[in-house]
Amino acid sequence: MSRAEAGSEEVRPALGEVYKAAGHAHILGLTGVPGSGKSTMVSKLVQAVRKDGRKVGVIAIDPSSPFSGGAILGDRIRMSTHTMDDGVYIRSMATRGSTGGLARSALAAVDILDAAGFDLVIIETVGVGQDEVEIARASHTTVVVSAPGLGDDVQAIKAGILEIADIHVVSKCDRPDSNRTITDLKTMLAMGINVSIKNNEDKPLWQVPVVGTSSESGEGIDQLLATIDRHRDAHRTTALGTERLRRIAEYRTFKTAEDLLRSRFFVSTSDRVSALVDRISRRELDPFAASDELMSDLALYR
Amino acid sequence: MSSPIRVLLAKVGLDGHDRGVKVVARTLRDAGMDVIYTGLHRTPEEVVHSAVQEDVDVLGISLLSGAHMTICPRIMDLLREQDAEDTIVVVGGVVPDDDVEPLKKMGVKDLLLQDTPPNQIVETLQRLVAERGPR
Repeated sequence: MSRAEAGSEEVRPALGEVYKAAGHAHILGLTGVPGSGKSTMVSKLVQAVRKDGRKVGVIAIDPSSPFSGGAILGDRIRMSTHTMDDGVYIRSMATRGSTGGLARSALAAVDILDAAGFDLVIIETVGVGQDEVEIARASHTTVVVSAPGLGDDVQAIKAGILEIADIHVVSKCDRPDSNRTITDLKTMLAMGINVSIKNNEDKPLWQVPVVGTSSESGEGIDQLLATIDRHRDAHRTTALGTERLRRIAEYRTFKTAEDLLRSRFFVSTSDRVSALVDRISRRELDPFAASDELMSDLALYR
Repeated sequence: MSSPIRVLLAKVGLDGHDRGVKVVARTLRDAGMDVIYTGLHRTPEEVVHSAVQEDVDVLGISLLSGAHMTICPRIMDLLREQDAEDTIVVVGGVVPDDDVEPLKKMGVKDLLLQDTPPNQIVETLQRLVAERGPR
């Protein structure tokens, strides 16, 4: 996993083998704004999943500093109850410049856990804003966590993160204003068109539910796990899953190609960029012409 | 593309003072390292287990409780048991001068005590990781 994260090209064939050996685990993506209670919820979910003996892997992602490249990875603090359980593997990852809410090598790490026999792999994204929707293209079930008191019903009808949920969770339900948030989300869902694939009776294969949870009291956690399992079953037995897996594979392919292109681009241009940037900042050269120049002799193939 | 140095910072045992370890975490972050912080009151077993799962280069133990001569040997033993003795162990906090040599004999690579300036912490970790070489 460390080598996958280091991103050197030598590990690509090995990761390819791992990819082919994987495909048995259910991949759960958990996303939401910073401080909405994602890490604590993951910890509670892991506890619930472990009750029936399933093995759980967790990839917990926190942001890298845009300035130093360093990161403080603090998700483990909330997951300490599982540290000594061999059926639970937790790995912290930094985004390292990736902007969609995932770390660059998160998906390779998921494959490794999947191939290693973990039944459920949970990806906890960085705390996101409104537009980091990459997780929906990487997970079989996407849970979006909202916390009470962070916006009104207009927030709920905006495009972006709220649209990607297979399951909505409102955390901190021991707070009095949580019912308002639940109502707003339900209203949003009732107003929208259900974009889920239909069965042959023209009924949607999945209705997005809203689950209220309190990690403080444990309320709603079992219900959330039951809902996740219900979505997993729908995913595994209906067109919902086949369609999703295709989209995931497509995204993964483009993403992998993009990363490869990016790293080769940086390697092949690193010695020339600085001189170009000087000229661009003095407005002697424009970024359009400069990028054409950089691309023109880029060796895409080796 | 080289990976950032990966560090796990741990508070072990009955020691609730984490201002220092948070300053160190921030310092290392600003030096471009990935810093995993475990939170307060961890056991040596939990710390070593986390260090193995996270595959860190450096395990930094913050101790202000005076329990270092009990906790450090336990951590070194567990690292050997887990086949992870290539983890660089560094201790920070308050340790009497007389205990410094015994801790180093045990395998603690360096002690960064209360007067250590931040840049020296960074330089020490960079040097220790460079000396160890790639894994």
